Parts: sequence; C-alpha cells; structure tokens
Amino acid sequence: MSWSDEWRRIRAIVWKDLTTERRSKSGLNAVAFMGILVLLLFGFALGPDTSALRAAAAGAMWLAILFSGVLAFNRSYQLELDGGALESLLLYPGSRKAIYLGKLIANLVFVLIVEAIVIPAALVLYQVALPPGWPAMVGVTVLGTVGFVTLGTFYSAMSSRSRAREVLLPLLLFPMLIPVLLAAVESSSALLAGDPMSEAGAWVRLLSAFDIIFLVASVMAFEYVIEV
Amino acid sequence: MWLGVGAFALLAAMQAWAISISVPDRDMGHLQKIMYVHVPAAWSMMIAYFIVAIASLRYLWKGKESDDLLAAAAAEAGALMTGLLLVLGMIWAKPTWGIWWTWDARLTSSAVLFFIYVGYLVLRAFVDDPDRRAQWSATVGLLGALNVPIVYMSVRWWRTLHQPQSNPGTLDPNYTLGLRVNAIALVIILIWFIRHRYETAKMERVADQLHEQLVLSGRGGINA
Repeated sequence: MSWSDEWRRIRAIVWKDLTTERRSKSGLNAVAFMGILVLLLFGFALGPDTSALRAAAAGAMWLAILFSGVLAFNRSYQLELDGGALESLLLYPGSRKAIYLGKLIANLVFVLIVEAIVIPAALVLYQVALPPGWPAMVGVTVLGTVGFVTLGTFYSAMSSRSRAREVLLPLLLFPMLIPVLLAAVESSSALLAGDPMSEAGAWVRLLSAFDIIFLVASVMAFEYVIEV
Repeated sequence: MWLGVGAFALLAAMQAWAISISVPDRDMGHLQKIMYVHVPAAWSMMIAYFIVAIASLRYLWKGKESDDLLAAAAAEAGALMTGLLLVLGMIWAKPTWGIWWTWDARLTSSAVLFFIYVGYLVLRAFVDDPDRRAQWSATVGLLGALNVPIVYMSVRWWRTLHQPQSNPGTLDPNYTLGLRVNAIALVIILIWFIRHRYETAKMERVADQLHEQLVLSGRGGINA
C-alpha cells in the first residue's frame, strides 16, 4: 500500500463524515449549544464578580470544550454502528490506521468549528479582552484540541461499542486528558493575561510532547481496538 | 495463603516494633509512622503499574490469555495500593499541613493514576466478550502507563508542598530499618494479592468455559 493510496482513503473517510454532519447539522448545533450552556452554568456558579470570571475564563472555556466534545466523539462511531457501516468500512482493503486518521481529522474539524463558536462566546460572557498575543492563543487552542481529539477518537472506538457507553467514555478519557487540560488551561490563561511571566512556552512544549506521544501510540494501538 | 498471612504478620509486627522502639520524630511525633506504609505503598503501586504495562504489551504481542489476566490482577492491586497511598497521605496531611487535600503536584498525579486505573477496571467490567475485553484493556493499560511519566513531568512546574520522596538515603538512620522491612512486607503482600486475583480469574475462566460447553451440549444452562 502506497502512501498516496492511504491518503486517498483518509480523505474519503473525512469527506464522508463531514458530509454527514453538514447535511444534518443537528449534531453541530447540539454540541455548540451544549458548550455555551456549560459556559453559562459556570458563570452562574461563579457569580457576577467580573474579576473572578476573568480569572476562571480559561478553565471554564476548556471544560466547556471538553464536555461538548465528548458528545461528538461517541456520535462519530454511533452513526456508523446504526447503519451497520462499520463492518463494511473494516472490510475495505487498506490499513485500519486510515480509518482512525480519517475519523480523527473529521472530529478535529468538527471540534474546531465548535470552538469557533464557543471561544468567542466565552470571551464575551467572561468579559475577557482579546490579548495582543491572540495568534499564539489560536496555536495553543489547536494544539490542545489535537491532543483532546486524538484520545477522544481512540477511546470512543471502544466505548461506543460497549454497554454503558455514556459512562465509559468520560471515565476513560478524562483522567488521561489531565496533562493536556492542565497545559492548555495554564498556557491559555498566561496568554490571556499577556504572558507577563513568559511561562507559556514550557506549557506549549508539554502540550506538543503530549500530542506527538499519544498520536503515535494511538495510531499504533488502533488496530487492536477496532478488529474485535 | 501462608505467604500472605506471613507478610501481613510481618507488616503488623514491624508496625508494633516501629511504634514501640523507634524514637518519635522531632516535628511529627508518632505521626511519622504512617510513612512506614505510605512510602512502601507508593513503591508497590509503581511495581504494580509496571507489571500492568509489561503484561499488556505481552498480550498485544503474543495474544495469550494469561497475560491479560495478569494485567487485570496487577491493575486491581495497583489501584488498591494507590487508594491506600492517598488515604494514608490524607490522614497524615490533616494534622501536619492542616488540610486533607491540596492541589500539589505529587498528590494530584497520584490521584490521576488512581482514576486512570479505576477507568481500566470499569472498562473490564463493562465488556463481556473475553477477546474484546482483553484487547481493549491491553491498549488502555498501555496508554495509561504512557501517561504515568507525563503526569509526573507535567506537575514539575507547579509549586509543590509534598516533600521529596522518603528513601533510606534521606532518612534518619533510626527509621531506615523499619522502612526497609515494611517495604519488603508490603511488596510480598502485593505479589500475594496479584497471584491470588490471577488464580481466581483463571478459575472463573475455566468455570465459564465449562458452563459454555454444558449449555452447548444441551445439558445444564437454563433448560437443565
């Protein structure tokens, strides 16, 4: 199998998943709505104190993305299972890595679109002014999302095909995500404050290391998860 | 059986010895004795998670059921040791630091490990097909083990309250022997737990297979 063949397969899966999303739109609407709802709930829980809201903005934003993203991951396999399409997908020639990478990219695009709605909402609701280093913020957000979606796509391949899938995915995923959440929140809140201590760099390095390690590990382990 | 009883007896005897003979710590008094189980629990936890990682890797490589059962047994014992570690740490922290829990690096990373392996055990409980359960939990065990050093490193940037690990080198010579013997006792208990759970799991598998055969041959099962 050549690289261009695999790449064609990955693209086909991404295109298929995103087309399904685009035609129904109900998934995206529900997930984005869920994200904004979580932001509102945090806002109510914290109270109307502006400085407290600003201090908590990065954490609340990432938790909103996490909670809403988890809804998306189970859906991505559930759609295949409902139509009995996963078996046919597995029967096609080519490596299983292509299925994983295709699902991963489709989920990544989906979550990034959700973030494009949720993050501006967070900035408005928590009254955070856009810092001068906002292009770096975008980079951190993408890095954090890659780590989050890598593990989410991997674990939902299992949890969506087991009993009690709504419980299982968060139980497996959330503890594993603590380094990525920590690094993303710390670097975002440093950048939102203008990075006065220039500590964002260390967190970004951790985030990149996490992304690379788990991307490689889950690509290699995916065959064992999907074949049974 | 007698190995476990012996290890528990050794642990209990060493506690009695430590409390009666060794001098109270200048700052902590007898509270310091918690260290005799707390620190070995941390070591045993690491040994257990190491076994989970090796057995999971071996399962993915060779596909032998015994490796899967060993990984499960080690994960159970490891989660138990982590629970013990956290509870003892909290009991020690309340009078010493004045709080039950703090978001310190060492504490948080231990709690994360606990939840990763509890998730592993929950996954095993929710999947019925043995092959699927074995393959899935092996990958989860491996990815979880990858997370151990990352969590450990990620928390280095935090301000930290927990003192550096206690080991025979950092201790007053008064306490070294107690710590060493207690560590040996706890590691024996760990090995005994893992072996016990492993044997039980094997017996359960044999019972399942016998039951399956009976049902397939028309004898036994619900129609018996």
